[in-house]
Amino acid sequence: MSAADERPGLSWWTAGAVRAGRAVACLSRRAGRGSGSIIGGRVTLALDPSALRRLSAGRRVVLVSGTNGKTTTSHMLAAALGSRSAVAHNASGSNMADGAVAALAERPDACSAVLEVDELHLASVARRCDPAAIVLLNLTRDQLDRAAEVRKTAAAIGAALAQLPGTTVFANADDPMTVWAAGQAEGPVVWVGAGSEWRADSLTCPRCGRLLVEVAARWRCGCGLSRPEPSWWLDGDVVCSAESMTPLSLGLPGGVNRANALMAIAAAHHELVPVAQASEAVGALNQVAGRYAAVSRGRHTVRLLLAKNPAGWAATLAMLDTARPLVVAVNAREADGRDTSWLWDVDFAALGSRPVAASGEHAADVGVRLSYAGLNHHTDPDPLAALDQLPPGEVDVVANYTAFFALQQRLGIGR
Amino acid sequence: MTTDSTITIGLLLPDVLGTYSDSGNATVLAQRLRWRGIPAEVLRCTAGQAPPTGCDIYLLGGGEDTAQLFAASWLRSHRALCQALENSGVTLAVCAGLQILGRTMADSDGREHPGAGLLDITTSPRRRRATGNIVTDCHLPGVGQLCGFENHRGATTLGPDVRPLGQVVSGVGNGERPFGRAAGEGVLSGRIIGTYLHGPVLARNPALADHILVRATGTELPPLELPDQAALRDSYL
Repeated sequence: MSAADERPGLSWWTAGAVRAGRAVACLSRRAGRGSGSIIGGRVTLALDPSALRRLSAGRRVVLVSGTNGKTTTSHMLAAALGSRSAVAHNASGSNMADGAVAALAERPDACSAVLEVDELHLASVARRCDPAAIVLLNLTRDQLDRAAEVRKTAAAIGAALAQLPGTTVFANADDPMTVWAAGQAEGPVVWVGAGSEWRADSLTCPRCGRLLVEVAARWRCGCGLSRPEPSWWLDGDVVCSAESMTPLSLGLPGGVNRANALMAIAAAHHELVPVAQASEAVGALNQVAGRYAAVSRGRHTVRLLLAKNPAGWAATLAMLDTARPLVVAVNAREADGRDTSWLWDVDFAALGSRPVAASGEHAADVGVRLSYAGLNHHTDPDPLAALDQLPPGEVDVVANYTAFFALQQRLGIGR
Repeated sequence: MTTDSTITIGLLLPDVLGTYSDSGNATVLAQRLRWRGIPAEVLRCTAGQAPPTGCDIYLLGGGEDTAQLFAASWLRSHRALCQALENSGVTLAVCAGLQILGRTMADSDGREHPGAGLLDITTSPRRRRATGNIVTDCHLPGVGQLCGFENHRGATTLGPDVRPLGQVVSGVGNGERPFGRAAGEGVLSGRIIGTYLHGPVLARNPALADHILVRATGTELPPLELPDQAALRDSYL
């Protein structure tokens, strides 16, 4: 590693911290312990707590956050910006400050950066990055043992946006919680009609607690909070704004990914990538960090999907092929949330009569849930053993966070 | 409407008190009746509707702070429903649902808000949120140990007219630790059972579900074997 591949203008101390972080990441990779981006970033930040601010300086940084769709949308946006020039991107999904530092350190040449940021860490990362733009997808329930309340997460994000006058916020106009948070922004807000397949976490007004009134997909509250008129929207498979109508042809499945694409294309346009060029780059993606990829394993072709909360599952149920056998793998480690109650807000009865397996470290929780949904199933805590008992052919595996990453490694799907 | 033999389960405010998936309690009760050949119907009573007052069972779940205050005022404005909870139905109230049935509850700023006044309890904020798995010894005969997940900031004090649902084995529960005694969890009062346990609590504790069903139907119910149920309890107890 020579000084030549460092970012110009970095102090010798920050440059040293970056080198130390990279060295540790490299050791971690060689030891077969993943990409090493988390440990590397952590070392850099420990040596230089201002590393995130210093590594962001002089670049156009766009943050992508929200409860669901962060990884996919950040990959879409990175593809769109990457169609023009080099982009720093935490592609592996290490979405806290350490992952952001590692991604920025890895690409000193890139003038723009796309950083996926955990919604609970958005406020602290945004304060340090001074981003050109923030994409805020949605705010729904996830890991309530960690986040306590969705409204508190939204309030913290709103307070952070109020301190960022130079940042343009791209926010989902159809999610009341997101609108309430983005509405507090000091900088300009661009509303995007990205839709919301899950509204159950904001039936009451996030600002005043009254019931929201909804008429023809437009929500409003007596206190004045209401769905803003979007500047970007979808008309079927066409991305629309006041200035353009551009066809979108996605390699990724599901309505939720069209919404993610709309958010990414709107943000790419802000970064001066033409809409048609962004749409083409986004459409070319057919897998995202191992998600949606099909791999063959013995008698099965396995498609791996990640869903970790009721809203994510609602979107996933809509993209599962009818009758294709399914493995549901659920863990409850710290990164997943320790509480498995959310399984009861997933409409498993909609799976119908396909063969289903309950799996993961909390296979018994899944199994009981499936029984009460009226579904016959078999249960095996090991997802691959559960898979082996399904009929041959194509199989979907839907796993939550740590279950997904463990499976990805065992199936040899690249990150 | 339903025939006389149908057990009706009123799920109150699933749109406001649905944050912690307690609506699953309705699914559990209805399925356990149907599997035994007893017809059951779940009535979802959302905030915009006049609530039914003739249900056999009523369920209330947990919600966020602002939603909880809305739910409390909604309940106070429906006196006939409150009378049904007190006099005719069997009620399971979880977390925020438990707190709003009490006399008062204080928010995180210390402001006191009135509850429905059906339970002789008051709730004030704890310094730290109680979050994690909890196990209790249930005082209801034959129910045994309860397991669930608690996630609340409420310290609930019981008045002389009520007793706790169980004693905490591990976890926080009501947060009050009377001198020299184990902490209590939840509340038992007449026809109302209150608890801080999510899970949902009836999915993790079928004996508590059947206790409610026996009281609501007035008949003994045959045992029910469910795959994975024993493994689930083993994993938490």
